[in-house]
Order: sequence, then structure tokens, then C-alpha cells
Amino acid sequence: MRISVEVDGSSYTDDVEPRTLLVHYLREHLGKVGTVVGCDTSNCGACTVLLDGRSVKSCNVLAVQADGRQVTTVEGLAEGDELHPVQRAFHECHALQCGYCTPGMIMQTIDLLSENPDPSEEAIRHGLEGNLCRCTGYHNIVKAVQMAAGSSSSAFEGSTS
Amino acid sequence: MTVTDQPKGGEIGAARRRKEDRRLITGRTRWTDNITLPGMLHVAMVRSPFAHARITSIDAEQAKDAANVVAVVTGADIADEQGTMITAWPITPEQNTPNHPPVAVDEVAFAGEVVAVVVARTAAEARDAAELVEVDYEELPAVLDLKEAVKDEVLAHADLGTNKSAFWQLDSGSAGTGRPIDEVIEEARADGIVIEREYRQQRLIPSFMEPRSAVCDPTGEQITLWSSTQIPHICRFALAATTGVPESKIRVIAPDVGGGFGGKLQIIPEEWIVFCVARRLGRPLKWTETRSESLVSGHHGRDQWQKLTLAATKEGRVTGLKVDLTCDLGAYAGIVGGGVPVLGAWMFNAIYKWDAYQINISNYYTNKTWVDAYRGAGRPEATYAIERLMDELAVEVGVDPLEIRERSWITHEEFPFTTVAGMTYDSGNYEAATARAKELFGYDELRAEQQKRRESNDPVQLGIGVSTFTEMCGLAPSRILGQLNYAAGGWDHAEIRMLATGKVEVVTGTSPHGQGHETAWSQIVADRLGVPFEDVEVLHGDTQIAHRGMDTYGSRSLVVGAEAVVRAADKVIENAKVVAAHMLEASEADLEWSAGRFSVRGTDKGVTIQEVALASFTGHNLFDDAEPTIDATAAFDPDNFSFPHGTHLCAMEVDTETGATSMRKYVAVDDIGTIINPLIVEGQVHGGLMQGIAQALWEEAVYDDAGTLVTGSLVDYTLPTAADTISFETDHTTSPSTYTILGTKGVGEAGTIASTPAVVNAIVDAVRHLGVNDIRMPCTPERVFRAIQSGGVTTEPAQARPHFDADAGNQESLPPEGEAR
Repeated sequence: MRISVEVDGSSYTDDVEPRTLLVHYLREHLGKVGTVVGCDTSNCGACTVLLDGRSVKSCNVLAVQADGRQVTTVEGLAEGDELHPVQRAFHECHALQCGYCTPGMIMQTIDLLSENPDPSEEAIRHGLEGNLCRCTGYHNIVKAVQMAAGSSSSAFEGSTS
Repeated sequence: MTVTDQPKGGEIGAARRRKEDRRLITGRTRWTDNITLPGMLHVAMVRSPFAHARITSIDAEQAKDAANVVAVVTGADIADEQGTMITAWPITPEQNTPNHPPVAVDEVAFAGEVVAVVVARTAAEARDAAELVEVDYEELPAVLDLKEAVKDEVLAHADLGTNKSAFWQLDSGSAGTGRPIDEVIEEARADGIVIEREYRQQRLIPSFMEPRSAVCDPTGEQITLWSSTQIPHICRFALAATTGVPESKIRVIAPDVGGGFGGKLQIIPEEWIVFCVARRLGRPLKWTETRSESLVSGHHGRDQWQKLTLAATKEGRVTGLKVDLTCDLGAYAGIVGGGVPVLGAWMFNAIYKWDAYQINISNYYTNKTWVDAYRGAGRPEATYAIERLMDELAVEVGVDPLEIRERSWITHEEFPFTTVAGMTYDSGNYEAATARAKELFGYDELRAEQQKRRESNDPVQLGIGVSTFTEMCGLAPSRILGQLNYAAGGWDHAEIRMLATGKVEVVTGTSPHGQGHETAWSQIVADRLGVPFEDVEVLHGDTQIAHRGMDTYGSRSLVVGAEAVVRAADKVIENAKVVAAHMLEASEADLEWSAGRFSVRGTDKGVTIQEVALASFTGHNLFDDAEPTIDATAAFDPDNFSFPHGTHLCAMEVDTETGATSMRKYVAVDDIGTIINPLIVEGQVHGGLMQGIAQALWEEAVYDDAGTLVTGSLVDYTLPTAADTISFETDHTTSPSTYTILGTKGVGEAGTIASTPAVVNAIVDAVRHLGVNDIRMPCTPERVFRAIQSGGVTTEPAQARPHFDADAGNQESLPPEGEAR
């Protein structure tokens, strides 16, 4: 099937097998390997991207479902050397160690903060429940989300386009 | 001039943000699965669904005919060329070790073992075709339960004639490090306290977030293997040793690796398969596992029964401990394999002074996934046992659990202290760490609240758990490894290259996979050489760049690997000093070294080490016979282990009506010696805590009675989420190691080792007044509920478990292993 998708601001048109998952389309067709696969049961959230501005687990979306829509991956957040506020907060708070869950965590955090710009610790913890991290014990991830929430909230409105 | 006396440049101890982060947060990371090579083919594994079976035939015709399939390879096809999987640690010369071919040839010994390999142009086509491979099996009886394996009625490997792998003992009586254990136990039986318990260390799955992946390029002069591994150097050695390919023709690269926790401290059949089949086809190959494959075929951890007899005086001073461990190795002996429980042998005596100690380790094979190192490897198991027992002793004596520990622990004036197990602890201060933890925790206030809830019969009870742990880190002095029959050394290696442009390349033999060595090593070298942090580049994880190394595990990287870096830096300074003296037309004796600069005493003349590097590069003005380089290498072999310690306090709330538990507060005060980067240290502690807490509360690898892993996906193997957990309070006391220049002790495993008993102690403490003195891990609501309901009263005849006092209550009231959690 032929699909046209906008990913991180560039337009792509490709023929894909109907069964192709969005994450495999991103990685194997487009070389967008910043988005990773961590499980096969939609539990880990490592593959989280934004689809028309809302977070989805891209292992749980078919590439054909992204036809005509906009996808934002972790590779599309920074503007040149200028990191996205959530990226900066993860760096500042040491919210990553091996970094494998990080692309998904960052994308889910952007979605969480666009829904709720001033979340409580409990709201953060529940908002990230679908993203697994094995390194950090979540402690510093929660702090990073709090730090990002304290930075300019307008950053999150612009991030999804 | 002595280089070790130089003033600190302020980098060590600074909370530097990590150099590694930039690529990781922008998606520019080099995971093995991201690698794509020209003409690369993809591999899918066909795995046995049976725990124990003979392969009678494999029909690959249909698979070979499938679209874009290039080859289907069976074990029989490559039996003579695939090499073999080896263990580095046969714990006795007599150890029984089964053959472990990468692709099973005749027989499979666990469900998940590879029986055929499909190679196709895409990963999806390889997986599709793998479904078409018809394998006929003759099922064989499987031994699954560890206690059944001991009986040798059903054998995991018929050719071994027994399930027993090896027996290993440490005995203070015969080693001369203490009295005979039996004597001490008899004394306690006559006129003291004897506590007998049996604890279960359930089977866990390391569950690194990046699934394992291997890419092999057989074209070119060297065969290159990229692998998501903790141990590229050990992998290269083992490949050469078992395949006959010269070591110099093999290059192993661990690019960015997404976590390991011991789970990637392994040489894996899939690496051997990709290496062998790529060479056979002359084409680059990639294999990346699914999470389901990972859970069933990557090695598991823990899995022990611990039979314990603690002897103490009436006043509660511990006099001795006897430990009988029965350990499940699964189907094969992994790279550390049977050595994992041995690593715990020196840690049952923990921070305490005893008269006698004996540990008897019996390792067995079963038809389940192999078992090897998982964060802490032997030491969490030991710490769990003793710290649970210390709480039991406190109850017996009727004193606070911190008080009972103080009656037996080594006081800070007594260091260095040689323990009853024969280890010499160099430094520590258990009093200071405990005092700080109590203060942060609000210990007395929480005890008061607990008392109030008891008195008001609150349905939600509060429990306080204590864990005063130590561990041995910095694996390891090669001399000791040799005595323990380990096949390799425990040294590490470093090189420092001073580039003409002033940049400094630090090559380390450690292989980080999330620990932040690039940042921490930069801080160390920046201080040592007096160069800017930003000018230091750390290279690792490629056997052609870091040509010597022993890799990353066992909290060894900072304590061993970075010590090699320090020594290389000191050699660079020595080399540079000679050149600097020539440049400054001064005698070496007149030079002063400070903050990266050599200056002539009493003058303002001087050169920086980076200027010396440039002078060496041009070679225009060197002294006669000078080598035009100031670069240096160093290898470091530690004299001893390091012994971090700490006091952890945990408050758990237990709903006595439902068995639900929730964590109220967790305080960790760790003494890990000198801290290089407090931010990284905190991260290591947090993550370690979570893994130990997860063992206490949530995680268990469960098999059904056919030998199928029931917890075979992340739906069933329940890793903690952000919503399950709380934020921690951490702090440090500092007793520098006396064996290392930097004074560091290692922190990678501390949290995991300490936290499991702290949590279980807290839960038991919350419901002890209801007659409960143990709950088997993971302490799920169901298990907690059942324990409360049965009130700790045994439901089995006492003679079934003669090791126990009949009325002591223990794990008999719990469902057998493998039942619903």
C-alpha cells in the first residue's frame, strides 16, 4: 500500500506491506532509528512517538494508519543545537542511564505535559506508567518531568507540529 | 615531585551532567540493531518448545523455499564449525559441565534453546520462514523443580549421570579463620539461641531494556562482531578459543548498549551462531531478539534455596552461621555460572564479627533457562539471608533490630578487620551510616506511629525494615581468582593518548552500558592531568581500540578500570616531565607540577602538559634519543576487593484485610568511599534500589510443569512502573578505600544488594504481631494475605521439614512455587 507521512517535518511517500508497524516503517524504511523497540507486547513504551501531536506506541500502530498524518520522533525535537525543554530536563536531572527507554520517555513526557502542564508527582507517575525504565528507578525521571513542567509551557504547544 | 600529591582540580566530586546524554536524548545512539551493512541478511532463530527432548528430524524444505530465504542451518549442519559455549568458572576441578553447542545438535535441555537458524533478506521474512521449519522431537522427562533435581531421579543431562554440577565449601574451622561451626551451634543449643530458617531466592530475569542483538561482518581481514554485550573482550577471547579463528582476526565491538545488570555478562549462543553462519555465507548478518525470546533464552538470575542455622548467645551476640545453599544453574553452566553463589560466600557474615562460619554450596542442573549473574550476583542472596535472620534474632532477644546488629558488627576502630570468612575489610563506619540513616528516616517517630497503629488495631499496619549491608566489589584480584579456579584475571587496562591539538584520548578496558564512564573518567583525567573536562574523550568497547580489558560487571569499573586510567595518567605526567625539562632548559628536579602545568621553581617559566604534547608531536626540539610521544598505558590488578557498605531503612504499610502493601519511605545511606560524580552515584543507587525492591515485591520467573516459562512476556514478568514506586531519600558517609589511589569502592550493585531484605523485613515487621515470621518473595498481596490468614501456623506436618521448629512458622503455609501469585 502507498502511504504519505510527514515525519519530523519531512514528507515521505512509500509502498509498505499492510502489516508493517509504524515503528518498523520509521526504523527500516526511513532510517529513523532514534525510535526503538523494547518489547513485543506494547508494555515498555520505548517506541513512543507523537502522531498528530498525541503520544502513541508506534509498535501498536500500523504504518498505513499514519497515512496523511504527522509523526514526531525524538529526532525531531531539538532545533539545531537547541534542545527541547524536556530533553534538557532529562539531561539536567540525570533522568537516563543506558538511554534505551529515553526516546519513549521523552515523547510520553511531552504528551503528559501538554495535557497537564503542572502535574503532581502522582500524576507524573501515572502518566508514565506505560513506559518502562530499568536503570533509573524512575526517581530522576519524575524530577525531570517536574523540571520541564516548570520551564516555559509554550514549549510543549510548539513541539507537536 | 610526586604526581599523587597534586591538588585536586575540582572535577572529582562535581555533579557533572553526562557527556553521553546528548546522543541518547536526541536519538543519535548507536544500538547494535541500528547497524545496517551493505548486503546484510537477517537471522531468525527456531527455538525448542520442549524443556527436554531429542531432535529426531528437521525438515527445512518449506522454509528454504519461502520468499527471500537465503539459508536454513541446523545444528547438524554446523556441528563441527560452530564452536561451543564455555564457562569461565568451574568452581571445582571435578565440576560436571554439560556440552553446550550454540545450536542444539541432538538434544535440547530447555524450552527456548535454538534448534535451527533461518537467514533471509529481511527480518520479517526470516521470522515468517522460521515458522515453516518442521522439527520433530522425542520428548524426554524433564527435571524442573530444584529440590527434585537434587534427588537425581530425572536427569537434565543423561550423559552426566547426575544433576549435580559441583559442591563447594568454605569452613572457618578448617581454614583457621574461626572455630568449627558445629561446636558453636551446640553451645548455642545448650545455652543460647539457635534460629533455623529456610529462605527462597526466587528466579529473576535481568530484563535490560535493549533486547540483545548481534551483527557480524565476515568480509575484510578481521571478522567484526557488534554485540549488545557487557563483555566484548571476554567474547573475543572465547570466540577465538572455541572456534579456532585466530584472536587477531576477530574484532568485537560493543557499541551503545542498553543496560545489562549482569544479563549481558554472558557469551551467548546467538553471537556464536551469527559469527559462524556469516562466515559460512560470506555475508553480513544481523540477529535481534524479540522481548519474548529474551525472557526465555537470556540467562536468569538468583534461584537458590538457603538453609540457615544461626547461633547466638542469650544476649544476642551472633556466634556463628551455617549455610547450606542449593542452587539452580538451569540447563547449562554460563560464563560465571556456578561461580555466582560462590561470590556470595564471603558475604553471609556481612558486617559482623563471629566465632564460626560454614557455607556449603551445591549447584544443580535443571531443564530450565540457564542462570548466571544478575545485579549483585551471589551477594544479594547472602545479604538477604543474614539481614532477615538478624531481624529474627532481634525478635527472639526482644530488642530493636538496629540494636541487635550493633551487638555483633565491626566497630569503626577495628578496621582493617579480617572476617570469619577470611576477607580483610579495609575501611568502613557502620555506626556513622546507621546514625545518619536513622536521622533521615525519622526512625523513632515511625516506631512510635507503628506502636500507635498496633494499639488501635488499625487495618493498615506499619512495618520498619532494616538492612545494614556490605558487599565485595572491584572484581577482582587475579591471584584470588586463580585460587578459585576462575579461568581469567581480574585486572584492567588503560591508555592515554595526548593528541597534538591538546585533546586527550582515554582508552579504557571497561565496557559501560549506562554507567556514565565517559563522564566520570573525563572528570578523573581532567583532575589528574590538569586539562579541561571538555578536552577529554573516552573510548571503549571495541577490541581494536581498547585492545586489552576485562569489561564491566561486579562494580569493578571504577575500582579497577579507572585505577588503571589514573596510573596511565601518572605515567603520562612522568613522560611529559622529561620533555618539559628539556623545553624549559631546566633540571627535572627543579620542576613543579600543578594544575596541568610544569613550572620552574622560583620563576614564571612553565609549559602546560598540552604544550608538551604538541612538542612531542612535532618532535622538532626533543632531547637526544627521546621517543616522540608522552602517551602511556597501564594495567592495574587490585590487591584486594573493596567493601562498600550502608544502612537502608524501609517503611512499608500493609493492609491486613487485603494483603496489599505500599512503600511509605525508603532511606539509603551508602558508604562507597570517594565519590567521583554524585549525580551518577545517586542514579546508580536509585536504579539498584528499584531492582532489589522488585525482587521483594513483584518479580518472579515462573515455569509450568511442562517447563514452559509462564512469565514469558512483559505482561506476565511484572517489572515495576513509575506508578508502583516512590522517590527515595539517599545520602552518604565516606570511608575511602585504602586499596585504591582514588579511594573509591564501587556503587553499581549496592542498592540491589541492600534493598531486598529491607523491604521484606518491613513487611514482616508490619504483621509479625499476627503470627507471621516470614513471607516468601515476591511478597504479593496474595502471599501476604495468606500469611496473615494462617497466622504463621504451619499447615504441613512438622516432620516434613525437620530443619524447622514446628511452631516457628515459615513458608509452609504458602502455595508451592509456580502457583498463582
